[in-house]
Amino acid sequence: MLKPMSKIHIPTPLRQYVGKQSTVEVKAATVGEALSALLVQHPELRRHLYTEEGKLRAFVNLYVNDEDIRYLQKEATEVKEGDNISIVPSIAGGAESSPFS
Amino acid sequence: MATITTKIPVTLSKDEILRYSRHLIMPEVGMEGQQKLKAARVLCIGTGGLGSPLALYLAAAGVGTLGLVDFDVVDYTNLQRQIIHSTADVGRKKLDSAADKLTGINPFLNLRKFDTRLSSENALEIFRDFDIIADGTDNFPTRYLVNDACVLTGKPNVYGSIFRFEGQASVFATEDGPCYRCLYPEPPPPGLVPSCAEGGVLGILPGLVGVMQATEVIKLILGVGEPLIGRLLLIDALGMKFRELKLRKNPDCPVCGTHPTVTKLIDYNEFCGIRGEEKPVANGVPEIQVEELKRRLDAKEDLFVLDVREPHEYQICNIGGHLIPLNDLPNRVSELDSSREIVVHCKMGGRSAKAVAFLQQAGFKKVHNLAGGINAWAERVDPKVPKY
Repeated sequence: MLKPMSKIHIPTPLRQYVGKQSTVEVKAATVGEALSALLVQHPELRRHLYTEEGKLRAFVNLYVNDEDIRYLQKEATEVKEGDNISIVPSIAGGAESSPFS
Repeated sequence: MATITTKIPVTLSKDEILRYSRHLIMPEVGMEGQQKLKAARVLCIGTGGLGSPLALYLAAAGVGTLGLVDFDVVDYTNLQRQIIHSTADVGRKKLDSAADKLTGINPFLNLRKFDTRLSSENALEIFRDFDIIADGTDNFPTRYLVNDACVLTGKPNVYGSIFRFEGQASVFATEDGPCYRCLYPEPPPPGLVPSCAEGGVLGILPGLVGVMQATEVIKLILGVGEPLIGRLLLIDALGMKFRELKLRKNPDCPVCGTHPTVTKLIDYNEFCGIRGEEKPVANGVPEIQVEELKRRLDAKEDLFVLDVREPHEYQICNIGGHLIPLNDLPNRVSELDSSREIVVHCKMGGRSAKAVAFLQQAGFKKVHNLAGGINAWAERVDPKVPKY
């Protein structure tokens, strides 16, 4: 079966790891698969999204369209053709701080 | 919806009626709304990038009582975006500088200045005399402090945050709405927050976001429109795109949930993993001071200077180091000779400390971090090098 194409919105602090793109298109059936596909294309991103134990970092929120996946099926949340997945990190600024190294 | 009900009857003078005439002729504001504005008491945390436009517009709009909390002095690098301060104010207390501008715009304003750093010890006391809190701070500990104090005192937290050319805005901690901790239960670990000013911010962006905060404050006071309660507005100034995400009140939220575990203000530096004022990333790597580097370079010692900043920073100023941005270092480590002594620097010493730790793991034995980075060099060795 062909997997649906969705768009992942990359926040400013992470764009440097995805070739300065603001969105990346992936083929995936779930949010988890979409992130895996993103990390295959851009492996450097992994340590910024996941802890060393492989858990999604607590200050990184994920949304499918306008819904927080914590209130859906988390990383098993289905994505449909044309869905927008957003990575939304906490930002504190101000001018001086980025949550990502 | 969170409406601020005023108990004190206020009247407008003839001068005020003229001043606010463009409000008064709008049915959404009118005399009643303008009186609500005059009776309202709004506390702005910070008079920086966000706080500047926020306070200026609230004062102009006729908010009766405006509180300002700031302990900082105006710095030359603030002027690119903190429009409440002028060049002549550099070195003055931000509070005094802001007060001049605000009372200049609106002499009817009752201004209350809090010349202090907001803390767990003083927040509840300061918040007590205000109806709405507008958060214009620039760090995670204060963000969580403001949020928790708003939840504990039952006051809405009008939130705005910026990074480079991206912003976020929302209204937290209303009676039925989510709070900041519902959105982000935990702050990023301090190791991931570089102490160097790698971020930067487009100067107009805090203007955009601060004015959005001011708009939300006014709407809350007037009780009109749809405030950003339960919604996170994402602002991408580069694409000029606005997106909106749904926020939910988390029943398990440690501060506003059904069984809160945070029932009084805590140590927010500890919560955010920051101990005191020290830079968390620089520990454990060998350091060299700028004066020593200068002396050894002058003595023509064999030292290799590695600059791990970004190319656009190198263009601002450099001390002739070999440029490999921190993020490229793992792929370009072969350019370095591990038999030579290497001094690594960045802007302020944070990124270079990471680079030194990385090189040590990669087997380099003679690597030092330049303490304070090129800014320390500019300050203490070569004043011709610009600080940024």
